[in-house]
Amino acid sequence: MAAGVDVSLEFSGGAELLFDRVKKHDISLPSQDKSWTLQCLLAWIRDNMLKERPELFMQGQTVRPGILVLVNDADWELLGELDYVIQPNDTITFISTLHGG
Amino acid sequence: MPANCSLCDGRAVLKRPKTGDTLCRECFYYAFEEEVHKTILDANLFTSGESVAIGASGGKDSTVLAYVMKLLNDRYNYGLKLVLLSVDEGITGYRDDSLETVKRNQNQYDLPLKIVSYEELYGWTMDAIVKQIGLKNNCTFCGVFRRQALDRGAMLLKVDKIVTGHNADDVAETVIMNVLRGDIGRLRRCTAITTGTEGALPRCKPFKYTYEKEIVMYAYFKKLDYFSTECIYSPNAYRGFARSFIKRSGKNSTQCNHRYHSFRREPLCQKGSEDASSG
Ligand SMILES: [Zn+2]
Repeated sequence: MAAGVDVSLEFSGGAELLFDRVKKHDISLPSQDKSWTLQCLLAWIRDNMLKERPELFMQGQTVRPGILVLVNDADWELLGELDYVIQPNDTITFISTLHGG
Repeated sequence: MPANCSLCDGRAVLKRPKTGDTLCRECFYYAFEEEVHKTILDANLFTSGESVAIGASGGKDSTVLAYVMKLLNDRYNYGLKLVLLSVDEGITGYRDDSLETVKRNQNQYDLPLKIVSYEELYGWTMDAIVKQIGLKNNCTFCGVFRRQALDRGAMLLKVDKIVTGHNADDVAETVIMNVLRGDIGRLRRCTAITTGTEGALPRCKPFKYTYEKEIVMYAYFKKLDYFSTECIYSPNAYRGFARSFIKRSGKNSTQCNHRYHSFRREPLCQKGSEDASSG
């Protein structure tokens, strides 16, 4: 059993448009059997936060290509991407590169 | 824990799409800026004393371009007179908001700003056009008009050149679209770093080799102020397809965009038009 985790989510670059135009969300992830990886978080966001058109944010189990993910201001590609285990009070940032030019 | 920087002992903040290098913030800024500088030098884009208009939409690419052009002009004494040039298509709820961003950039970067509007140049706004013709083909019209408006604005400012924020991903997308359309003429021209039709000013793309991910990361870390909403009249479906194709294939190959670019080695200052989304 993994304990629940408090994290801050930030959406920018247009990604916030999918989340009621709110850029910062403080959330509490409930305790669950396995540890909270970014993959679990994405599924949780899809099921609990995305009201409509999840395909604009997700593609399969991961983010749509063109959406950048940072954990505490570091590129998730340095951290194992979907397998990264979320730590309490992490700030996870999603930036769309797909909006405007 | 995140990896260390490939160049110093700092904490890496990003993995470069082009090389796979892991870099800290400072080394990333340096690498990013120096690559744009090298692109400018290698292609002989500018001559000291020239006036250059930066096509500024308020979006990420042109905002970062304005910032970096100003920085490199100061750091390397290019001797350029820089000015921001924006086109107001007359799209309520989109361009009016993005122009507010450009107006803030004018102060933040201490660069003069000129706005030309469809209304003053042509006597109507895109809002009025869409009311007349609906949403079919409106982007095609708007693209042609914007291109011309940028030229007219640049002529009014008496500048020598226009720079736009088109990046490596944009160029790769345009290559794919021209392949899909079978447009050999455009395919030949669209990777040129400088383009310009007869009688129009040369247009250059200093970000031709710069990846979108790095432009967005640069803007994010530097907290640059940009506007990010899709045009209310633009479904952008065709480009959207090419775009997600590039992004997916980019996942599999770090230098993927470079392969699309090297479809053709381009001579500099090639005459011809480009297929362009606004930078
Ligand atoms: Zn470093």
